[in-house]
Amino acid sequence: MESALNSGDTAWMLTAAAMVMLMIPGLAFFYGGMVRSKSVLNMLMMVMGATFIVGVLWVIFGYSMTFGSDIGGVIGNPTEFLGLESLMADDPEATLPIMAFVAFQGMFACLTVGLIAGAIPDRTKYNGWLVFGAIWAVLVYFPVAHWVWASGGWIFEMGVIDFAGGTAVHINAGAAALALAIVVGKRTGWPRTPMRPHNLTMVMIGAGLLWFGWFGFNAGSELAADNASAVVFVNTFAATCAAAIGWLVVEKLRDGHMTTLGAASGIVAGLVAITPACSAVSPVGALIVGVLAGVICALAVSLKYRFGYDDSLDVVGVHLVGGLVGTLLIGVLATDLAPAGVNGLLYGGGGEQLGKQAIGAFSVMAYSFAVALIIGLILKAAGIMRVTQDDELSGVDLVEHAESAYELGEAGGGGHFAGIGAGAARRDREEI
Amino acid sequence: MKLVTAIIKPFKLEDVKNALEGVGVRGMTVSESSGFGRQGGHTEVYRGAEYTVDLVPKVRVEVLIDSDRLDEVLEVVTNAAQTGKIGDGKVWVTPIEEVIRVRTGERGADAL
Repeated sequence: MESALNSGDTAWMLTAAAMVMLMIPGLAFFYGGMVRSKSVLNMLMMVMGATFIVGVLWVIFGYSMTFGSDIGGVIGNPTEFLGLESLMADDPEATLPIMAFVAFQGMFACLTVGLIAGAIPDRTKYNGWLVFGAIWAVLVYFPVAHWVWASGGWIFEMGVIDFAGGTAVHINAGAAALALAIVVGKRTGWPRTPMRPHNLTMVMIGAGLLWFGWFGFNAGSELAADNASAVVFVNTFAATCAAAIGWLVVEKLRDGHMTTLGAASGIVAGLVAITPACSAVSPVGALIVGVLAGVICALAVSLKYRFGYDDSLDVVGVHLVGGLVGTLLIGVLATDLAPAGVNGLLYGGGGEQLGKQAIGAFSVMAYSFAVALIIGLILKAAGIMRVTQDDELSGVDLVEHAESAYELGEAGGGGHFAGIGAGAARRDREEI
Repeated sequence: MKLVTAIIKPFKLEDVKNALEGVGVRGMTVSESSGFGRQGGHTEVYRGAEYTVDLVPKVRVEVLIDSDRLDEVLEVVTNAAQTGKIGDGKVWVTPIEEVIRVRTGERGADAL
């Protein structure tokens, strides 16, 4: 039998899935450089660990829960594609193998859970985080992704535009991050004690990897190598550049300097904001989305000091706020010349699309926040959410993973002294 | 014998080392250090949050010398390390009871 398979689409989607996977270590580095040196390994492990767990769940029933036959607009049938076994056979009518879609969407699930970790570094029990990530994926991410992207999902059916995940990924993760930051509580000494990023080079490497991978994330969400995917690609690039400029200008005017951290943050804010909107706006619209996201997120990261929640790496200020900016601006800046073919407020489309966007965004925000809060409170009551204060001060790398990230100075334990010290410790243990 | 300890600005290390070699000092110990004096620290900004960094990076130079060369050494170190701006550092002198060269066991001025 003839196969309808389009090899160009298939090749692009497998590549795009791998690019989204590269965002995961990218995110780990972006976050890892921002924490103190005593917590960097834990930060990397939180993001990577979420991927391991969610990846397994995705294969077993996560994909089925998200993209299985719709049940009541809220969930896919979790047993329909159990273990993905029924999806292996070659479908002669499909232009794209369903497994390419499974792979691509699976990376989204893993990355989204990892995003939340930025709210709670330095002080969270690793077990508690992994359990939280698993439960949140099942109760929140899989259903919400179904609402937003699956045929039959209630937000999808309403006509809300969320091309690559402003609502399903960024608002979703950002709202959960806010809940967890509140449940887990402030780092000891915050905000009085300085907690400076320990490696801004690493932050910029992470931002660069995210930016690269994000082209797979956004342009891949077209699920084809076609004209629309190229438009989305350019819009993604345009918004990111504009957002970095927006963030840096705010810093220059407010603080006197354009910082490396500001540039890296602006890049991510722009990427977040254009994610839902990249199919709906023109390249100039993308510049506007970007610059507004850069400016608004640069201002929003200071909110935590006013309200007193220690969202340590600004998941709320960048992902929740950036996601809201992009999702809502679709209602204003969408043009029917773009692939999505919808007009927003400024293009004579009236306020209808904006209203739909707002309902989708705020519903997901409220649901994710509430469920994350409940999961967090239960895990906190079970005593597996936060390390002791002594352990926090010693550093979670040592306490949770029995490792330290850097052996740079000889006197600090590297070089010749390290071998001697380690040998002594090993002998001591044998004697006991 | 005396131990001369100088806390200087890091970028002045090369000048101080050359000046000491110029007057015949044949060994020294250099370490990176940090601290503060009247210069105080500086301010850094991360995502709009200002942090005051109290400890400023400095370099610590230590040289053992014969007592009769003290004035000469202090003069060249001070001149070489000076920029005239706040934060140039400190130099102090400690009396030393004994010095031993580990390789030969020589003691006192012979070990310098």
